[in-house]
Amino acid sequence: MARKKSNQYRILITCAAWGVALILSFPIIWTLLTSFKTEIDAIASPPKLFHFNWTIENYFIVQERSDYFHHFWNSVIISIGSTLLALVIALPAAWSMAFIPGRRTKDILMWMLSTKMMPAVGVLIPIYLICKDLGLLDSRLALVVILMLMNLPIVIWMLFTYLKEIPGEILEAARMDGANLKNEILYVLVPMAIPGIASTLLLNVILSWNESFWTLNLTGANSAPLTAFIASYSSPEGLFYAKLSAASIMAIAPILILGWFSQKQLVRGLTFGAVK
Amino acid sequence: MGKIQLQNVTKSFGDTNVIPPLNLEINDGEFAVFVGPSGCGKSTLLRLIAGLEDTTSGHILIDGKDATYMSPSDRGLAMVFQSYALYPHMTVKKNMGFPLKMAGMSPEEIEEKVSAAANTLNLTQYLERKPGQLSGGQRQRVAIGRAIVRQPSAFLFDEPLSNLDAALRVTMRLEISELHQKLKSTMIYVTHDQVEAMTMADKIVVFNSGVIEQVGTPVELYRTPKNLFVAGFIGSPKMNFIQGNEATKRGSSTLGIRPEHIDVSATEGEWEGTVILGEHLGSDTFFYIETEMGAITVRQSGEVAFKSGDKIYLTPLTNMLHHFDEQGTRIP
Repeated sequence: MARKKSNQYRILITCAAWGVALILSFPIIWTLLTSFKTEIDAIASPPKLFHFNWTIENYFIVQERSDYFHHFWNSVIISIGSTLLALVIALPAAWSMAFIPGRRTKDILMWMLSTKMMPAVGVLIPIYLICKDLGLLDSRLALVVILMLMNLPIVIWMLFTYLKEIPGEILEAARMDGANLKNEILYVLVPMAIPGIASTLLLNVILSWNESFWTLNLTGANSAPLTAFIASYSSPEGLFYAKLSAASIMAIAPILILGWFSQKQLVRGLTFGAVK
Repeated sequence: MGKIQLQNVTKSFGDTNVIPPLNLEINDGEFAVFVGPSGCGKSTLLRLIAGLEDTTSGHILIDGKDATYMSPSDRGLAMVFQSYALYPHMTVKKNMGFPLKMAGMSPEEIEEKVSAAANTLNLTQYLERKPGQLSGGQRQRVAIGRAIVRQPSAFLFDEPLSNLDAALRVTMRLEISELHQKLKSTMIYVTHDQVEAMTMADKIVVFNSGVIEQVGTPVELYRTPKNLFVAGFIGSPKMNFIQGNEATKRGSSTLGIRPEHIDVSATEGEWEGTVILGEHLGSDTFFYIETEMGAITVRQSGEVAFKSGDKIYLTPLTNMLHHFDEQGTRIP
């Protein structure tokens, strides 16, 4: 009897989970379907779910009109560049706060996090003017630096949480075993922190890839990444739903694939320290 | 070689003075045990010797050379940590070979020394395993192996057995003692367990609040404790302390008598009391007795038949009494 009840319960839970998953992913599924429709089918009322003329011509038109690969490379350079730059700055910061904490370490960490609480638009004008004066409008360098600064608090926090989990005694043991600072980091610290560093990198590549406030406001034709590429399809001349959908799918596909293959690493990274 | 001298060493954390000026000498080949209650500064002192903490003032000499400002890696000491502190991503073999690799030895030499050490510690069949796949005792042996491979001038042990169960602790205690006899190197061993101190040490250093209370061989500390703290800390069960009339009568402020130095009788004796509880260990029996002077513990060899509530008479062995003055210092 108890077994039957638990089976019913499991079926119920499974259905509920699928239901929630469907609701959450519906916009993406709808976008994917729309990208294979003609513009007429895309705006048909009532909407057509599967019974329409399937076509892939939107994808060709989008590539032809606005050079997808140019934007793709901009996205790659901006997201990976800003993440690596953030790592170079964050790793020593996290290391010192995790292993040589001072009296104000916690306050510094909170202050870093507090910068994320301010809306980005609050600093739009100063940053825009700085970029203009430095001649960095519409440049990938400016975006790399700005996205690095935006994500730096998260990168430091994540690395700090990871490094904090490494017992100090192990590093002391390395010192007793004759390792200098370089060898201690190279042979002991980094191998133990690699899963943490990897998931931090992954998450921040995703955040930078999807970032659309700064990428839309500070770029022109030259340095625009995929976010700007999508936005260019909601134009004043009217919406082209099918083409917009095709552009969106092309923009999110790389990160969706990356996320799919690394979801285990990502989940571990995000819940690290929360569950021991 | 491995003579360690501490000259006026002090340590403060901020405004808190953990170790007031302290002088101590540990001779080459000696097994010295630092013992004391938790928070008495013994582990801090070990970390100062290791170089993992900086001294606030004073000097640490290793083999006559001033090592006060040397980095841990330059001091030529090896340390075994309470948590084992093995490298989780390396195999046993790599863990044990790590100090040799850091010393720049060739892979052949490392292989040879690691297998010799693994042989000594019965670890040969585990060389390819990771620390996570070993039991507590095996991990502790790997930690010891990592310490012995490079033949350091001295070994530092920081409560190495506290994470092991009671049976394993006894075995490992013997193994460490045997190792000391085989290697004949200086060893400094920190523990809060006075049984470990008594069984392993050549020289025991008793600490209390950062201060050395007494330095001596286990037997010296047992027979002639310098003060009430040492008298109460060394020996199990604890020494009985008697104050008041009975002490004054014998010319002291506090009278100390170990549980094993009291004779018991059902009919006659100097002190009268009532048995509260008996603990029968087979080899010994401990009695907790309520008397006019307070509770007294008595230890008798073998099985002794007294029950709770029985009237009992106690007679201390006069030549085994310890006399202390008002300050708690031993009266010779």
